[in-house]
Amino acid sequence: MHDLELSEEQRMIRDMARDFARREIAPKAQSWEKAGWIDDTLVTQMGELGLLGMVVPEEWGGSYIDYVAYALAVEEISAGDGATGALMSIHNSVGCGPILRYGSQKQKERWLPSLASGQAIGCFCLTEPHAGSEAHNLRTRAELKDGHWVLNGAKQFVSNGRRAQLSIVFAVTDPELGKKGLSAFLVPTDNPGFVVDRSEHKMGIKASDTCAVTLNDCVIPEANLLGERGKGLAIALSNLEGGRIGIAAQALGIARAAFEAALGYARERIQFGKPIIEHQSVANMLADMHTQLNATRLLVLHAARLKSAGLPCLSEASQAKLFASEMAERVCSHAVQIHGGYGYLEDYPVEKYYRDARITQIYEGSSEIQRLLIARELAHYDL
Amino acid sequence: MKVLVPIKRVVDYNVKVRVKADNSGVDLANVKMSMNPFCEIAVEEAVRLKEKGVATEIVAVTVGPAAAQEQLRTALALGADRAILVEANEELNSLAVAKLLKAVVYKEQPQLVILGKQAIDSDNNQTGQMLAALCGYAQGTFASKVEVSGDKVRVAREIDGGSQTVELSLPAIVTTDLRLNEPRYASLPNIMKAKKKPLETVTPDALGVSTASTVKTLKVEAPAARSAGIKVKSVAELVEKLKNEAKVI
Amino acid sequence: MTILVIAEHTNAALVPATLNTVAAAAKIGGDIHVLVAGQNAGDVAEAAAKIAGVSKVLVADNAAYAHQLPENVAPLVATLAQEAGGKGYSHILAAATSNGKNILPRIAAQLDVDQISEIIAVESADTFKRPIYAGNAIATVQSSAAVKVITVRSTGFDPVAAEGGSAAVEAVGGAVDAGKSAFVGEELAKSDRPELTAAKIVVSGGRGMQNGDNFKHLYALADKLGAAVGASRAAVDAGFVPNDMQVGQTGKIVAPQLYIAVGISGAIQHLAGMKDSKVIVAINKDEEAPIFQVADYGLVADLFEAVPELTSTL
Repeated sequence: MHDLELSEEQRMIRDMARDFARREIAPKAQSWEKAGWIDDTLVTQMGELGLLGMVVPEEWGGSYIDYVAYALAVEEISAGDGATGALMSIHNSVGCGPILRYGSQKQKERWLPSLASGQAIGCFCLTEPHAGSEAHNLRTRAELKDGHWVLNGAKQFVSNGRRAQLSIVFAVTDPELGKKGLSAFLVPTDNPGFVVDRSEHKMGIKASDTCAVTLNDCVIPEANLLGERGKGLAIALSNLEGGRIGIAAQALGIARAAFEAALGYARERIQFGKPIIEHQSVANMLADMHTQLNATRLLVLHAARLKSAGLPCLSEASQAKLFASEMAERVCSHAVQIHGGYGYLEDYPVEKYYRDARITQIYEGSSEIQRLLIARELAHYDL
Repeated sequence: MKVLVPIKRVVDYNVKVRVKADNSGVDLANVKMSMNPFCEIAVEEAVRLKEKGVATEIVAVTVGPAAAQEQLRTALALGADRAILVEANEELNSLAVAKLLKAVVYKEQPQLVILGKQAIDSDNNQTGQMLAALCGYAQGTFASKVEVSGDKVRVAREIDGGSQTVELSLPAIVTTDLRLNEPRYASLPNIMKAKKKPLETVTPDALGVSTASTVKTLKVEAPAARSAGIKVKSVAELVEKLKNEAKVI
Repeated sequence: MTILVIAEHTNAALVPATLNTVAAAAKIGGDIHVLVAGQNAGDVAEAAAKIAGVSKVLVADNAAYAHQLPENVAPLVATLAQEAGGKGYSHILAAATSNGKNILPRIAAQLDVDQISEIIAVESADTFKRPIYAGNAIATVQSSAAVKVITVRSTGFDPVAAEGGSAAVEAVGGAVDAGKSAFVGEELAKSDRPELTAAKIVVSGGRGMQNGDNFKHLYALADKLGAAVGASRAAVDAGFVPNDMQVGQTGKIVAPQLYIAVGISGAIQHLAGMKDSKVIVAINKDEEAPIFQVADYGLVADLFEAVPELTSTL
C-alpha cells in the first residue's frame, strides 16, 4: 500500500525492517518455535539496529523517531515471526516505557542505555493468577524493612520472563489504600528471590518465553522503587496507548504474512484447470483480506500519529488493537482455508500464523476490555 | 582515499515481475523498488574499507529518476558520506551510464570505484568494465576479496571453476560478486543521520554527456512456459528415463 | 559480413563454450574468424582451425595475453576491429563465461558501441533474444551499432563440430602490456566436483534436507554423477550450507544438462536460477510442490530413501 503521508525515514525504517525480517527472521521462525526460544544473536542484532529502543529518545541511547515508525517496524518484524514481534513490542512498550516516564535520573542512567540497545531485555510483572483484567487486585506484597523492600508473591504470564535482565514488578505497599496502595519496583532478574518458575506451553508465539515468576523474600534496595509510592496503578496504565499500538501492529504483521502466503499459494495452486485465485470464491476471500488489512493499517497509523503528536488517543489505540486483533484471526483463518488441507499442516506457515494471531485478542487488554474502554470514551462523544 | 560507489535502483529482488500485455516491457507500476543487491555489496565493501581506515570518503552515485534518491539515502544510511544523483528519466544502456559515471569520476577523482557486477533487471554485466575502459583504468570484476595496499589493489575474482587474483594499479574499478561480503542493515540511528548528509543532483547535459543508444528493445515476452513433465513411480524408472529417454546420464 | 569470435581457452586447450559461440556466429551468417589471444597457445590455434565453419584463425601469442587480462586483450581486439578498415568486423562475439563477460564490455566501450549480453537466440544479423530479470522475461533487441559486440549464452546454441574445418592460421601482433594490471595467481576449486555454473549436472538441496549434515546424501550422489552441488535460498537462509551454493535469482544462474532438485519446493526465486536446465528432475515428498510444474521427471518420495537408492543404482 502506498502511503503518501510516510516520511522518507519512516519508509526506510519499514523497508529495512521488512528486509531484515525476510532474511533473518522468517526463515528461522519455525525452528525457533520448536525450540521455544528466539536466537540470542537475532535479539542482539535487533538491538544493534535500534529496533529495541524505539520509544527511547537518542539522549538515552534510544532510537525514538515517532510511533508511526515504531508501528511500521513492529508490523514488519511480526510478519517475519509473531513471537519476535511480541518480544519487540513488549520490550519497547512496557520494558522501556515506564522507566523513561517515571524513572529517576539514576534509574534512567542505570537502565535505559542498556535496554534501548537490547543489551538488557525488560519484562513486566503485573498479572497474577487471580488478577488479569482486574489488574489492581494484586496480592504481591512489598514491605519496607531496614532500607530495603522485601517482595513476596506470584506473577503470571510474564513475557520475556526468562530472557529479561530487568523486571518491573508491581506490588501492594499499602493495602489499606486500595488502588492507591500499589507501587512499582525495578527488580534485576538475577536478584535473589526472583524466581522464574517455568516457561508456559502456549498455543502460539511459542518462541516467546512466557513465564510464571515467584517473588520469594526478594530483597531490593529502597531506591529501586519506580516513581512514587502508591503510583503503581498509574504507572501500569501509563502507556496503554503505546502498548496497544504495538500489539495492533503485531496482529497486522501476522495477518499480512498470512495474506501474502495465501495470495502466493492461490496463484500457484491449480484446481479445475486454473489457479484457484481465478475461482471467484477464493478471489473474494483475498479481496476481503486485503481490504481488512489496509483498513487496519489506517487505524493503527492514525492512533500512532495521534500518540506521536502527544494527543489523547486511548480510544483510537484501543480501536486499532481491537480491530487488528480480531481482523487477524479472520484473515489468518481465511489463509488456512485457501490452503485447504495443506493449510492445516506444519509444512505451510499459515497454521502458525493462525495460532500466533490468537494471543493478540487477549494480552495488552483483552477485546472485552478494549470495548469497555471505547464505550466509556463514548461519554465524551458530541452529537 | 576516496571511494566512488555507483548504485542502481531496481525492482526489489522479491518481486515476481510480469511482462506487460502489449509486450513493451515488464509492468513496474506499484512495484517495490530497492537497491540492486550487488550494489548493496559494493556499498558494504566501501564502508568496510572506511572502517579499516583505508577509505576516507565514500561517495554514492546513481543514474536514474528522481525517485532513485531513495536508494541514495539508503546508501547514506549504510555509511556513504554524500551522494550524487545524475537525473535521467529514461532507461539508459550501460555505455551511456558508463559515460555519465566517467564524467563523475573525472570530477570526483576517486582512487577506487566499487560497483555491482550486474543489475538484476537488465542483467547486462557491462557498466564496470565499460567505465574502466573509458577511464583507462584497470578492472577487477566479480570480486570476492578486495585488499588495498599503497597504490595497488589486490582483487580475488570469481571465475568459472575457481578464483583468480589480480593486482591492479590505482585508480581502479572493482565490481562485486555475491561472496565479497554480507551487507549490513541500516540501523535506525544511521537512517536518521542519512537525512542530514548532502545529496546533490546533476543532469546528463550538465555533465556534457550524450546518452544516445544503438540498441532498442523491440519486444519483451514471458519465457516459454515449461510444460509439466511426468511423474515416475520409482528410482529405477527415473534412472531408466534419464538414460534412455533424456540421454543425460 | 565478417564475424570475430574470441576463443575461450586455457592456453593448452580450447574451452567447449567456443563451439557454442561459433554456432551463434554461424546463425548470424558470414565469414567467421576466431581470435586466439594467449601465450604458447599453438595447440589452441590448431584446434580452432579445425572448428567447422571457421575461415580464419588469428593468433596473438604473447605473455601479455597469458591470463586474458582485459587491460591487454581489449586494446588488441579493438585494434583488430579498426584495422580491418573498410571491411571491418560486423560482429564481435565471445562466450558469456566469466572471461568473456570480463573482457567484452571493455572492448565495446573502446569501440564506443553498446554491447548485447548473453544472447540465447539469433533472429537476424542485427536482432537477438536475451533473458532479462533473471530469465523472467525475454527481450528481443535490435542493434544499429557499426560493430555488434555480443556475449553468447552457451545453453542457447548447440555446439558446432569441433572437427572438419581447415582454417588458415595467421599471426597478429603488436602486443602491448598496458601495465595497469598483473596476474597474481589462480586457484581452481579444489573439490573434484565441478563449479556450479559450469557443471553439466547439478544436484541441489532445499529446506527439505532438514540440516547441513544431510547434504552428505547429495554429495554422494553428485560424486557418482560428476555433478556440482547447489542449494535453494531456503537451505542457505536456514544455514544448512554456505551462500555460494545458492542457485537462484540472486545466487548462481545454472543451466546444466541435468538438474536434480531434492527437497526443494520450487519458489520462483529458485526457478529463476535453474529453469533453463535441459532436463529437470524433482524429488520431493510433497506432490503439490511447485517444482513439479517445471520438472520433466518428478518422483514423489522421501528424499532420505530415494537419494541413497539413486546413488547406489547409478
